[in-house]
Amino acid sequence: MSDLTTRESGSAEEPKGILARHEYEGPGALTPADMEHHGRRSDVDPKAARRVERQITAMFLLSMVMVVLFVVAYVSIDVSADVYIPVLGLVGAQNVALGVTFGAAILFIGAGAIQWAKKLMPDVEVVQERHRLSSTPDQDAAAADQYQRGKEESGFAAYRILRRTLIGALALFPIPLVVLVRDMWTNTDPATQGMSPAEILSETAWTDGLRIVTDGTYQPIRPEDLPVGGLVSALPENIMEIQKENHNLNERGKSAIILVRMDPGEIRAQQGDGWDYEGILAFSKICTHVGCPIALYEHRTHHLLCPCHQSTFDLADAGNVIFGPAARRMPQLPIRVDEEGFLVASSDFQEPVGPSFWERG
Amino acid sequence: MKALAAHRRHPLVALALLLMALGVIGGGYAIVTTQPSSADTVMVGDQTQIEEGRRLYLEGCSSCHGLNAEGTSAGPTLIGVGAAAVHFQVATGRMPLAAPGAQAPVKKPEYTAEETLAMAAYIASLAPGPAIPTEEQIDYTDADIAEGGILFRINCAQCHQAAGQGGALTQGKYAPSLMEATPREIYEAMLTGPQNMPIFSDGTLPTEDKQAIIAYIVDLQQAPSPGGMSLGRLGPVVEGLFLWTAVLAAFLAAAVWIGIRAR
Repeated sequence: MSDLTTRESGSAEEPKGILARHEYEGPGALTPADMEHHGRRSDVDPKAARRVERQITAMFLLSMVMVVLFVVAYVSIDVSADVYIPVLGLVGAQNVALGVTFGAAILFIGAGAIQWAKKLMPDVEVVQERHRLSSTPDQDAAAADQYQRGKEESGFAAYRILRRTLIGALALFPIPLVVLVRDMWTNTDPATQGMSPAEILSETAWTDGLRIVTDGTYQPIRPEDLPVGGLVSALPENIMEIQKENHNLNERGKSAIILVRMDPGEIRAQQGDGWDYEGILAFSKICTHVGCPIALYEHRTHHLLCPCHQSTFDLADAGNVIFGPAARRMPQLPIRVDEEGFLVASSDFQEPVGPSFWERG
Repeated sequence: MKALAAHRRHPLVALALLLMALGVIGGGYAIVTTQPSSADTVMVGDQTQIEEGRRLYLEGCSSCHGLNAEGTSAGPTLIGVGAAAVHFQVATGRMPLAAPGAQAPVKKPEYTAEETLAMAAYIASLAPGPAIPTEEQIDYTDADIAEGGILFRINCAQCHQAAGQGGALTQGKYAPSLMEATPREIYEAMLTGPQNMPIFSDGTLPTEDKQAIIAYIVDLQQAPSPGGMSLGRLGPVVEGLFLWTAVLAAFLAAAVWIGIRAR
C-alpha cells in the first residue's frame, strides 16, 4: 500500500506523492526555509547528548519520587486538615497533595518521553506515499454501466404500475409508526379515564372554593398575610392527597401557582373581570414556553422572569409576554375569599397551563 | 506583529501560553469582598435619637427621598417602610446611592451603627412599619436546616440560585449573592423586600420558617470546599466551562511544545 522513504529534508530529492510539497501553493504552504534541516545540538555535541540523557533520567526519577510522596501524603496527612492556597481559598490539604503528586508523576513520565523523542531519537523527516484517491475513468464507466444494466434488468422503468404501487406502499408504510408513537403513553389514572391527553393537559385540580395553601408549609393564606409587594408560591389544599392517589407529581406540575399583591391602581389589565382579590393576583407558576417553574418576580416592575430562556411576563398587564421566546401569556387563576376569610380559587384555569401542545395550536 | 510571529516557535511560548491561560482563569475567579458591619444593638425609638436621625436624614437622604420622606422622582417614599428597611439599606452600604443605576450595589457603609439606628428611628417614627428584627427573631440555633433548605428552594432559589450565589434579573438588575449576608440582613430583606425583591411576610413565612432559611444560608456560607474553587457551586456546567477554557488551553500549550522542533 505505502512505502516509506527516509531522507534528509532540504535535499534536492522531492517526494513522489500525488500532491508533492512543491506543487501546493495555498495558505500555509511550506517554504524552503521550513524544509531546511538544522542539526540538533545533541546530534553534534556528545556532551549535549549526555546532558539531555541526564535531564530525561531526572524526569523519570522525579516521577518515581512523586509516587512515593503520594503514598506518604495518603498515609500521613489528616483527611480533615485544611490549608490556605491563594486564589483557591481554603482547601483540603490531603486532597491537594494527592492531586499534585499524582498529576506530577504522570506529567514527568510524559515530559521525559517527549524530550527523549525530540532530542535523542532520529529527527530525519519521513514521507509516506499515498495512492490516488479518485477512481479511474474505467471504474467510473463500469459503475455507470452497472447502474444502467440494473435499471433495465429489474424493469423498474418499464413496469409503470409496479413502480407506482411500490412508491405508494413505501409512502404509506410509516403511518402505523406515527400511530404507535402517539399511543405510547397509557393513562392509568382513574380520575382522568377516557380523557384525551389534550383534555388532561387542559384542566388542573383547581375548582371553585378550593383553598390556596403555601408551598412547603401547606398553610392556608388570608389576604392580610400578603402585603403589597409580597410573593407566595402556592398549591391547592388537597395536593398531597392527589399525589398519594396518583403516585406521581403531575398535578403539582400543573396546579403550581404564585400569588402576588400589588396596589389595585397598578393593575392595568387582567384576564377576566374581578379575577383578583383586592390586588392579589394568582398566576400559573409554569412558563408557557417549555414549562420551567418561575417565580422570579420583580415587585416594582411587576415583571415575572423565566430563568431558562428569559421569557418575561408583565403581571400588571394580564400576564402578557413582553420579552423572550414564550408565545402565550401566563394563565391567570381567578380567586376569591371563602366564609372563613381564606383565599380560594373561584374556578379552574380558563386556559391550559404550561407549554403549548399540538391540539392547543 | 511580524517580530512576534518570528518567536512563535520559541520553547518558552508554551510556558507563556499556559501561564496566560491560568492567569486569566484564576484572576476571573478571585473575588474581593468586604464584610458589611452589622448593628450590635437594635434599640430604636428614643426622642433624641429620632431628632439625630432626622438631622442625618435631611443631610444625606432628603435630596432623593424628599424633605418629609414623601419621595421624589429620584427616590421612593420612605413613609411606612419601617426601621428594618432603613437598617438593611444603610448598614449594607446600599444607601446612600453612589450613582443612579439599575440597582443599588453593596458597598462600604457610610454611616456608623448608631447613625444608622438613628435614621431608622426617624423613619419608623413617621409611620408604622417592620421593626429591626430582635436577637430572638434571628436566633437560628434551633432551626431545622433541612426544612430551611426546602423553603429556600421554593421561595428564594429562583433568584438567588440554589446555593445562594445570586443571579441575573431583567434589565441589569440582579439578585445578589448571599455569601456575605448576616442573619439580620437576611431577615430584614425577607421582611421588607428591598429594591425588586418581593416581600415574604410573617403571615406566609412565619418567624420559625425565616429562621430555618437563615440556618440554611449560614450552612451554605460555612460549607467547606475541599477541592478549592467552588465555581459558584453551579455544578457541571461551570466545571465543564472551566475545563473547556483553562484545561483546553493547557492542552494546546502542551501540543505546541510537543510540536516545536528541537534545537
